[in-house]
Formats: sequence, structure tokens, C-alpha cells
Amino acid sequence: MQTIFEKSVPGRHCKGIGPKPSAKKAKDFLPADLLRAEKPKMPECSELDVVRHFTQLAGRNYSVDANFYPLGSCTMKYNARISEEVAALAGFNRAHPMQALLDNGKSSQGAMQCLYELERSLCAITGMKGFTLQPMAGANGEFTGVSVIAAYHRAKGRDRRIMLIPDAAHGTNPASAAMAGFTVVNIESRDGMVDPSAVKAAIDQYGDQVAGLMMTCPNTLGLMELHLKEIVALLHGIDALLYYDGANMNAILGKMRVGDAGFDVVHLNLHKTFGTPHGGGGPGAGPVGVCERLIPFLPSPRVGKAEDGSYYFLPEDELSIGHIGPFYGSFGVLLKALAYIWRLGGEGLERVAEYAVLNANYLRVQLKDVLDEPFDRLCMHEFVASAPHGMHALDIAKGLLERGMHAPTMYFPLLVHECLMPEPTETESKQTLDEFCELLREIIAHGKEDPAWLEEAPRGLPVSRLDETQAARQMKLTEDL
Amino acid sequence: MNTPAELKYSKSHEWVRMEGDEAVVGITDYAQDALGDLTYADTLQEGDELTVDGECGSLESVKAASDLFSPVAGKITAVNGELADAPELINSDPYGKGWIYRVKVTEVSPELLDAQAYDAHCASESH
Repeated sequence: MQTIFEKSVPGRHCKGIGPKPSAKKAKDFLPADLLRAEKPKMPECSELDVVRHFTQLAGRNYSVDANFYPLGSCTMKYNARISEEVAALAGFNRAHPMQALLDNGKSSQGAMQCLYELERSLCAITGMKGFTLQPMAGANGEFTGVSVIAAYHRAKGRDRRIMLIPDAAHGTNPASAAMAGFTVVNIESRDGMVDPSAVKAAIDQYGDQVAGLMMTCPNTLGLMELHLKEIVALLHGIDALLYYDGANMNAILGKMRVGDAGFDVVHLNLHKTFGTPHGGGGPGAGPVGVCERLIPFLPSPRVGKAEDGSYYFLPEDELSIGHIGPFYGSFGVLLKALAYIWRLGGEGLERVAEYAVLNANYLRVQLKDVLDEPFDRLCMHEFVASAPHGMHALDIAKGLLERGMHAPTMYFPLLVHECLMPEPTETESKQTLDEFCELLREIIAHGKEDPAWLEEAPRGLPVSRLDETQAARQMKLTEDL
Repeated sequence: MNTPAELKYSKSHEWVRMEGDEAVVGITDYAQDALGDLTYADTLQEGDELTVDGECGSLESVKAASDLFSPVAGKITAVNGELADAPELINSDPYGKGWIYRVKVTEVSPELLDAQAYDAHCASESH
């Protein structure tokens, strides 16, 4: 397929329905050294060219709306249409963010109520005492959370620079901690879980330099962490804080409240757990919840409720870390999350976790004789497996693509050899899961007999094997305009 | 998998070849195979000090980014400059042209393995 630039024909254009170009010339308001000598080489196409181009591109998209998407650690679940309906209501999507700044939100009470109610709902689900809804994505939430931890220790007059992070953590954890100024100390796992004796050893070594520990639970292997109580006690023993990465929240909804378990800070990926398209499908949101004593450090603005039932912006605490994003966060995503939570209710949310875990265990057991499974025990919402001896996870993944199913996450976590990590989510039926198992069984059997056949997959797709090495070594991320 | 008998190995998959009071350091055949095609080698510079088990750079492949840990302590006397443009040398010749550092050694990790023990360690890691 040609790019839109290749379809360009000099002089072709469309009037479209956009606003008129400004009458002002760039040179009237830009400094001379920022002006370009010639016009940019923007594609010149008719409206119909543009419509066809993007319609064809959209047809090549792979999405959970069309097919099974068992991408472990990403929680690609079906996003119910009711959430989209709610977020598309004109009263919400035509509201201007500045409107709420007038007169402390008096003319935006409905939108403010939604933000307030969502914060209360997330608190109820997690057992935390306050949330900021502002972070725009998971990693943005992580950065917010570790910044709150840093601010807490600073306010106590301490210089704590060390963040403990288990080796099975998401790669964004050490990145977020480093961005917030922490030095990361790696904690080795034992039996696929965080090892309390490794945590203790780190605390013995670094003592009161330890600011906190970042954990994902269930962890990246899809296993529940069984030593939480001990780990929480170790950290709290030196007033270090526990951070909960909510990437795998889908497994414990309604079953475990992380605040009750002793976590001090948590971020949630609304786009994973609470029903919003992601993975190129739209913006995310990564609200951060905290325990009582960390509330003053949260970013502003947050919404409060007055005695007369009206909503207003809480004044910013002088300890607040300030803004972490513009306005009130990804408002549309927040609305979808609220619709999702209210639609399901407490019982429904609990069923989400039950079905997510049930589906993952069903796949795990069905695939026992197909893949090598290093941890032969109950998993949570996802599980890890190795490609059968002598086969590559990459080849199996490509084989699945050829047959019209998305591949599981592969080569992550790296500590599992030739790793595949399927996460079916709660929204898939037994029929779909069976179809996936059958396909995998066929591909692996055929690939064992005829490795060359599998190495040529995928056939019949817009692109076959990409040269990933070349792409990484000679990156070209720009179009020369 | 190639594990030359004359080298010493760390559990984190680096190899060491002693040459007098200098050591040559790289990553093993097992490690390069597990990482897949390397796309970038982020190394320290000549003159930098290494500590035993200390982080000393990182390697990026199409699959992952992975830290390097030093099996020896001492000062770096040479860095393999060819890796900047051709990290694939680590894939094609991990014990030869894919060497990473030459180090004036003050201390060698006491936990280094011989070839046989290293092979056993790899076998236990890959199930």
C-alpha cells in the first residue's frame, strides 16, 4: 500500500470542512530563525483520496472488536459500547475544560460530579483514601506515584534515594523511579515471587536510604505474591512506602483491596482494567491512589463535595507535587471507567476477576501438553509458558498471525526461556478459548514436522516477516518534509 | 552452545579471559543467543572504574534491553570501538571480535564458574 505522501499529486487539494486558514502570515509572529525557506512537502490529495486512504488503513487494523487478542500484561478486553455511548454524550464531549475553572466549577457540576464519584469508586475498589485522576497513562501514573513518595520523604526531612524493584517488574517501574531521581536496586525473585529475604537483605544493606518498593501483584509471571504481609512489614518497619503497580488489577478486582494489604500508593490503568480501548486505540488514564497520610502530596486539582451537595475544586495543598498533566486528566477515559464500574457494580467487578482467572487457568491446563509451562500451579489472569524445546516463540507467534489471531506477548518476562504470555481476559467465551488452543496445537505440530514452513509465516498478510534488527539499527522515525 | 574451556564465566552470562594482569570481558554465546540480534551496545569508556558485579553498560536487542555486570574490578584500558557501529559482532563472534572491555584487574569475582559449571547453570535456567 502506498503512503499518503506517495499518493500526493501537485496542485490537488480539498477544501474540507476545517476552519479557514489564518489571515496572519507566519513571519508576522514567528522569529526569523524559526521560519523555513520553502513550503513543507505536505501530501496534496483530494478529500476522496484521503477518505479511501484512511479507510483502507483502518481495514488493516487488528482489534479486539474483530478478533481474539490474548496479549499478556496488556489486558486487551472487550470494551462495552455503553461506555462509548456515555463518553459521547454532547454534554460531556462538547464541554470545554476552561469552563470548569469559572467560578470554581459552578457551571460544570455534572462533569465535576463524575470526577468526584469516580474517585470515590476507585477508593472503594482499592481501599485507598484519595485519588488523583490527572495522570494520562500508566507510566505517567507511576511517575506521579514515585514523585509522591519522594515528596513524602522530603517533607519528613529525609534524603532517601533508593527504590527497590523486583526483577520481574514492568520495565516502566525502574524508568519511572529513575526519572523521579531514585537509584534502583534490583530484588531477585525466588520461585517466581518476590523473596522477602532479598528485601530484608537490601534493607540491611541500605537501611534508611530506602524510600520504597514497587510491586506488581499478581506479578508478571501471572502468579500471586504470597509473601506480601512480610514484605509490607519490612518496608513499614523503616517507614519506607509500598507502591502497587495496577497493571494486573484485573485479577483481583473485588477480591483484594491493595490498601487493606498495606500498600501506600497505587496506580490503575483504566484502559486495561476499566474498559477503554488501548494499544493504539485511544488515550489511556493512570489515576494514582494513596493512603491517608499521602493525600496532601497529590497533584491538583481534585474535586470536593460541599454540604449542600455541590461540587468544587479543593484548594491545592502546599505539599502537593503540583500538576502532572493538563486539567483533569483524560476526561473521556474517566467517564468510560465510571460507566463501566457503575454498569457492573460490586458483584459484577468481582465476576470480572473470577472469569479472568478462570479463563487463564482453562487455557493453561488445555495447553499443558502443547507448551512447556515452567510454573505448574494455579495462575491468576495470565500465565507464562515456553515454546516447546527447539522451537522459537517468535515463529509460533507469527504462525498465529497468519491464522488470524493475535499472538500472546512474547519474550517477556525475559527470565522465562522463549516466553509466550497469554492473557485471555474475562470477556472471551469457551468457544474462542478452544479455538485458540486448537490453532496453537495445529501450528506447533505442523512446525515441528516442517520448521521451514513455520519460519515463513505469516503468509497472506499486508507484511510478512519484518527485518526487526535492521529496523532497530537504522531507525527512521521522520518523514522529510 | 559454545562454551570455551579456557574461560571463566559469571552467572549473569559474562565471560572473562585473563591475560597477565589484564582481563578481557564479553558476553557468552548462550547470552547472545537468548538476547537475539543485538541492535545497540551502550558501554562505559576507557579509564572508567569497574566494581565486581557492578553495572557496566547495557545491551539492546530486538527482544530486550539487558544490563551488563562486571565480573572483575579494575580500570578499563580499552573498549571495543567496533561495537558502536557493529553490535552484531557480539552475535557472530561472542568470544572473539565481540569482546567488550579490556580491564586492568584489581579483583576477580570469587563466584566465577568454569565452563562445565556454567553449562549446568544455563541448563537450569532454560528449563
